[in-house]
This record gives sequence, structure tokens and C-alpha cells, in this order.
Amino acid sequence: MIELLDKLDRRIIYLVIGIVVAYPLIVHPVMPIRVSEEVKRAYEFVEDSLPSGSVILISIDYDAASEPELTPMFRAVLTHAFRKGHKVIYMGHWALGLPLAQKDLEEIAHRMGKTYGVDYVNLGYRPGFVTVMLAMGRELRDIYSSDYQGIPIDSIPMMANIHNYDQIDLIIGFEAGSTGEFWIQYVGSRFNKRMFFGTTGVVAPDLYPYYASGQILGLIGGLKGAAEYETQIGHPARGVFGMPAQSFAHLAILIFIVIGNIGYILRRRR
Amino acid sequence: MLWVIIIGLLPPGGVKAFDTPSDGGGSVTIRWELSPSETLSQFLGYRILRGESEAGPFEEVGYVIKGRGEYQDRSTEDGKSYYYLVVGVAVGDSVASSVVGPVISSAQWFNANRLNVLIFTFLISLFVLLYIRRAKRERLFIRKIPGLDAIEDAVGRSTEMGRPILYSFGLGLLSDVVTIASLSILSRVAKKAAEYGTRLIVPNYDPLVMTAAQETVKQAFTEAGRPDLYNEGDITFLTQDQFGYAAGVDGIIVREKPGTCFWQGYFFAESLILAETGHSVGAIQIAGTIAVTQLPFFIAACDYVLIGEEMYAASAYLRPEPQMVGSLKGEDIAKALIMALIIFSALWGTVGVLLNQWMGSSTLLDAFHSFVNWFTVGE
Amino acid sequence: MKREVPLAITFITGVLLVVAFFVPHPPLGDLQQRFQIWYSIVAGFTFLLGLDSLVKHHLKKIQHRRSGWGFSVALLISFFTTLILGFYSWFVFSSPYDLRAPFQWLYTSVILPLQATMFALLAFFIASAAYRAFRARNLAASLLLVSAGIVMLGRVPIGKAIWSGLPVISDWIMNYPQMAAKRGILMGTYLGAIAMSLRIILGMERTYLT
Repeated sequence: MIELLDKLDRRIIYLVIGIVVAYPLIVHPVMPIRVSEEVKRAYEFVEDSLPSGSVILISIDYDAASEPELTPMFRAVLTHAFRKGHKVIYMGHWALGLPLAQKDLEEIAHRMGKTYGVDYVNLGYRPGFVTVMLAMGRELRDIYSSDYQGIPIDSIPMMANIHNYDQIDLIIGFEAGSTGEFWIQYVGSRFNKRMFFGTTGVVAPDLYPYYASGQILGLIGGLKGAAEYETQIGHPARGVFGMPAQSFAHLAILIFIVIGNIGYILRRRR
Repeated sequence: MLWVIIIGLLPPGGVKAFDTPSDGGGSVTIRWELSPSETLSQFLGYRILRGESEAGPFEEVGYVIKGRGEYQDRSTEDGKSYYYLVVGVAVGDSVASSVVGPVISSAQWFNANRLNVLIFTFLISLFVLLYIRRAKRERLFIRKIPGLDAIEDAVGRSTEMGRPILYSFGLGLLSDVVTIASLSILSRVAKKAAEYGTRLIVPNYDPLVMTAAQETVKQAFTEAGRPDLYNEGDITFLTQDQFGYAAGVDGIIVREKPGTCFWQGYFFAESLILAETGHSVGAIQIAGTIAVTQLPFFIAACDYVLIGEEMYAASAYLRPEPQMVGSLKGEDIAKALIMALIIFSALWGTVGVLLNQWMGSSTLLDAFHSFVNWFTVGE
Repeated sequence: MKREVPLAITFITGVLLVVAFFVPHPPLGDLQQRFQIWYSIVAGFTFLLGLDSLVKHHLKKIQHRRSGWGFSVALLISFFTTLILGFYSWFVFSSPYDLRAPFQWLYTSVILPLQATMFALLAFFIASAAYRAFRARNLAASLLLVSAGIVMLGRVPIGKAIWSGLPVISDWIMNYPQMAAKRGILMGTYLGAIAMSLRIILGMERTYLT
């Protein structure tokens, strides 16, 4: 018995985790969400600090693997930005992630009656992310002479007066890797740009120091962050619905840890 | 009846135009005080106009929304005189400031904003070089790094079990310094593997790293007198897709059942997927990474972990020549200096805040803030 | 000569880039950017090396009917299908990422679920690794165990439902002890990287030149 507790078969652990994650995703129980300070700051900046019509640059720096975690927060932030009448420049440094999120961009823009070229523009992907970041500080036309479909930037009404970071009021990056740190180091400090990030749960601790030092305005971490942002804008979606699954999984892992420790202590007593 | 009161717009005041400091030329900075009319909801922003003579003609070079009092015109030609004016724009109305100029842009030979970096680069390099000199004269102490000491045992164990060794650089590229550090660990592992006659498998994420790994292993096998054991087919390219790579390496682990797994380099979310699979086949695992977020995963799943700088120290540890050991010592002195600076500033800031609260004197606190701000890197 | 030339190139490039960091004046000012572009071009060509290694390795495996050669056949078929669809989409839709392109279809219906599946394995592996690793072996391990429990509960809604203090303590752990430890490691790592770079520039570290 003690042996069983101390050296639980991994397959039992996997089975239990599978069940506790799948069950709430099917049944959808509702859980109250507490909004953290770092998400509130991000929300409040878009809500209160930016005058309507401000230009927001959104960078998609993730791909399929982190899509389930990052797309919900991208959708929430985009909905919020459009609702406040902000203009959105859509781009990204992960080639394979851009078309993924583009579907959401088109869908939300369509739903909210936004016009391409007037309210938002999709610049697409250009290789060499540091080169792109630095060159955009001078003249973004040097890198993006046309949008993702090959339409010349100069014929897009929204871009008429936008040349570099000076005309961009906020940068929001959705990050699955270290690209966010490059945004902070190459653009945040050099061009003195205001920015915040939505990141996977794993990447969030990497960016916490930048939040604490005030280099970024806010931080939306993991599916939980998405749920909080959705709560803030009063539009519960995939983030909020995913929370019970995450809660139960954390609880299950804790129970396994406790079982393991009971087994360990009993074995040592012997 | 609706009454509309029209108030004349007030122009932005105090407009100044000057050559952007510490830059590579081609840029003029224009700064102004915000227009008092900004409080009006009809107020939109500022147009920045440029001309080549005081009388004009002027053309628009940029636009910023209200709330901002600075613009960088990055389209100037060095050595040419320009005149600027800033126009406050509201719905259906606009008002211009007076013309300022002439201003000439030029490139600078030193970026004064980076003086702080220059000083610290100089200091750290100085410590490293001084200690390299010192290490040539006397023996310097380096503490034990269990992860590196375990290499020989781990290779030996693989040999006893008759199983191969797996070595992965993670997702690091050859341009990452940590990959170069990892190459020197690979060199040691390969030498031991050749001595024991054990097979070494190195699946790669980056083709350039693959080439470097092939060369390193070939060289190590030759030095150990067993060039015949070298098999290029064991050091291959898998894919440059994060989870594709994880799937590929997991497949190799499950099929080949290595006795030892080395995870040395830059890892992301795949770290635990790799290390747990390695654990499931009963391999001894020695990990090392500078990716702080992945350290907990490796610590949970592996037997030994090289934390951050221990990886960089590996080449000096494994090849304790005076100059290598000296550079480690120099690094330690730099660290001591930074620690002293942190403690000193924490005390300074605390005393400053207390003095400000109790006696209303902000001199110390202000000095503290300017000291801390000095460390912030500018463009 | 075989060693001296690369060492000299490394030294000159290294010193030049360090100097260029402090000198904005042309031609040094945009040197870093220019080198980045060169690196991107060179790195692009190295994919041919990878390609060569991958295809050769698996063809050999099939040729000699080594165990698991069936997987190699599957790999080569998937590889060439993706490649052909990519080129086809490029020619017909001018970009493989166009939403109507067949490559895009392949991406969303095959590659995306496969990547997400691999990533999702983490949920299971975290559970088994945590079960093994978090044991109250000694004081330090017990402290780690307790803080892990608090953070895990405090970061999800159920934590607040159990006790409203949990998220507060969890935030405190993340913002202070966690951050302090992390910054300490980061500073050491960066210093290590500086010393290592210095050794590379000065030619003491030569492993990459074997």
C-alpha cells in the first residue's frame, strides 16, 4: 500500500488528469474570476488612457502550439480596442501564427462593422524580427511597402500618416517565446514606446520583471489572464470557459503531490 | 434651439527644433508645449510642417494625436537647413505656431545615452582581463559543479547498460552564446563516449548547429583514438519546428532507450516533454540551460541541472587553463560589484524615502532617483 | 592558417560590433542591422544542409531496410507533400499563407492539431513530474513544496473559492521571492555570457572551431 502511494503508476496520473480536464470543458461549470493587477492595468490603459482613434500595433508572436492559450486573449483585447474606436495595425514575427489569428481578426472586425484599411490593416509577416523591429522605428515602409495582400501601404487610408513608432500609441504583443523581450529591449527602451503583452503561462514569469520595473504597462498571463480580460470587458468566452478545467487540473496535481508525500513519509517512518 | 459657442483655438507654444542628439544623423526633434485647447473634445492632434526657408513653402512631415509634445522627423538630409512649425488641428479648424529654425541635422560620433553601458563593459572586461593575468601566476579556486563531474559516471553507466547516449542542444541557434558553451560540453561527452566505445546520438533543430556538432564529435573521437566509431548518421537534422522536434526526439528516446540524456542549451516549453520521456525509459539525465522558465521543469525531472552561468563556466571547468579560470574569477568580481551596488542603492533609497517622510527633505531621494535613472539605457 | 583566419575574423567582427554599439555615425551606426541581414541570408542557405541531412538519412534507412524504415517512408511522403503544396500555393495564390491556399489547409488541419497535441502533453507530464519532484525531503524541499501548492491554487479561481488569502500570498510569492531569485540567476547568466563572449572574441574559447 505504502509502495503504491510512493510510486504511483504514471498511467493512473495521466488518466485522472485527462478526466478532470475534459469534464469541465464539456459541462461548462461557471467560476468567479478575480482580475489581477497586471491585467487591470492593461485593460485600463486601453479603456481610459488612450483617446478614441489611437493607433494600436498588435504583434502575433505565437503559432499553432500556443493558439488555444493566446487566441482567447487576442480576441478579447481586439474586441476591446475596436469597441473603443482604436485603429489596429496587425502584424507578427511568427510566420505560421499570422494566418491563424487572421481568421479571428476578420471575424471580429466583420462582427463589429470595422472596415479594412480604415479601422485596421494587416501588414503580414516579414522575416528577421530584430531587423523588422529596428527598421520600423525609422520608416515602416522600408520593410512593409505593401500589406499582406500586396496592396501598397500608401494607398491604404489608415496608414497615410503612420510612418514609424512615433505615430503608434501602444504596442501589444501576444507572446509564446522570447520575442516579447526583444520588443522590450529593441523597441520599448530605444523608442520609448508604451507596450503590454499577452503571454502563455510559461512565458509570463519571464516578463514579470519588466512589469515590476514599469517597462511594460501590463501583463496578461496564460488562459487565466485571458479569462480576466474577458471578465473586464464583460464578454466571457474561451478564457472564462477554460478556467474550471485549469482549476481542477491544478487541484488534481496538488492531490497527487499530497499522496506522494504521504507515501514518502510513511515509508521513511518504517 | 442649439447654441454653439466657438472659441478660437490656441496654438501650441514654445516650439523648439533641434538636431536629435546621439543619433546617426537624418533626424530632427521637434518639441512643443501642449495647446491649452487640448481640453476641447474637438481637438484632434498636431501636424508637423517643414520648409526649407523661413517663408515656406511648408509641407507636412508627420502627425501625432493630442497629448504628445514631441515628434522626430527622421527624413532630413544632413547639412541642410530646415524650418518647422506645428499646427494644432481640431474638427473644422486649425491653428499654427510660429516658425522655428533654421536647424541642421548631423550624425554624432558617440551615443551619450550609452555611456553607462560603456563604463560597465569596460569595468567587467577589465576585471576579466586582470584575473586572467593573475591566474597565470597562481592557482585560483573554482567550486565543484556536480552536473559536470557527473558526465563521466553517466557515460560509464550507459556503457554498462549497453545503451546509447543522447545529446540535445534544444532550440538554440549557433548565434546563441549558450550553444557554443554547450559545444564544449558535447566535446567532453564525445571524448568519454569514444573512450568507452558508446554510441552518441545528437538530433538537431538548427542545421548550422548540426554541422558544428558533427565537427566537434568527429574531432573528439579522433583525439580519443577512435575515429572509426564516428557515424554521421547519428548526428542529424530533425526539423525547425518546436514540437515537431520534441516529437522527433521523444521518438528516438522511446526507440533507442538511451542510458543517459544530456539536455544542454536553450529550451522552451518542450523541456519537460523531453525530460519526462527520458525519465520514463530510466535514463540518467543531465540538463543545463539559461532559460530561467525551464529550469524548474528540468530540476523536477532530471538528476543534475546546470543553472544559467554554470553552463558558461563549463568550458573553463572542463579545461582549467589559467586564462579560462581567470575569466570566471573576473566574472565573480563583477558580480560582487553589482551586489554591492544593489545593497548600497537599496539602503540609499530606503533612507531617502524615510527622510522624505519624516523631515520633508527630498534631496537624498531625488539624488537616488537620478542615480537609478542613469542606469536606464536610452536609444 | 586554418585556425588563425577564423579567429581573426571573429576578433575583428566582435570588436567592430562592440564599437558600433556606441558610435551612431555612419557607416558604423547601422552595422548591427546589416550583420543581422547577412546572418539571415546565410542562415537561410543552411536549411539546404538540414534538408540534405534529413533526406539522406531517411533514404539510407529505407534502402537498407533498417528497423522502423516504414516511418522514414511516411516522413519523406509528408515532407514532399508539404513542400509541393507550399510551392503550388505560392505560385497560384502568391503566398502559402493565403487563407484559400491548400498549404494553409494542410497547416490548419494537420500541422496545427499535431503541434497542439504535443504541447498538450505538458499537462500530463507536469502532473507526473510534480508528483515525483515535490517531496518533503528536507527543509528547503518542504518550503518549495508549500509555496508550489500556494501558487498553484492561488493562480486559478478555485483557490479564491477555498480561501481569499491564497491569491494574495500567491501574488506575493511571484512578485518578491520568485522575482528576486530569478533576477539573481539572470544577472549571473548575463555576466557569464559577457565573459564567454569576451573569451570568444579574444580567441580563448575555440570549441566552435574544431
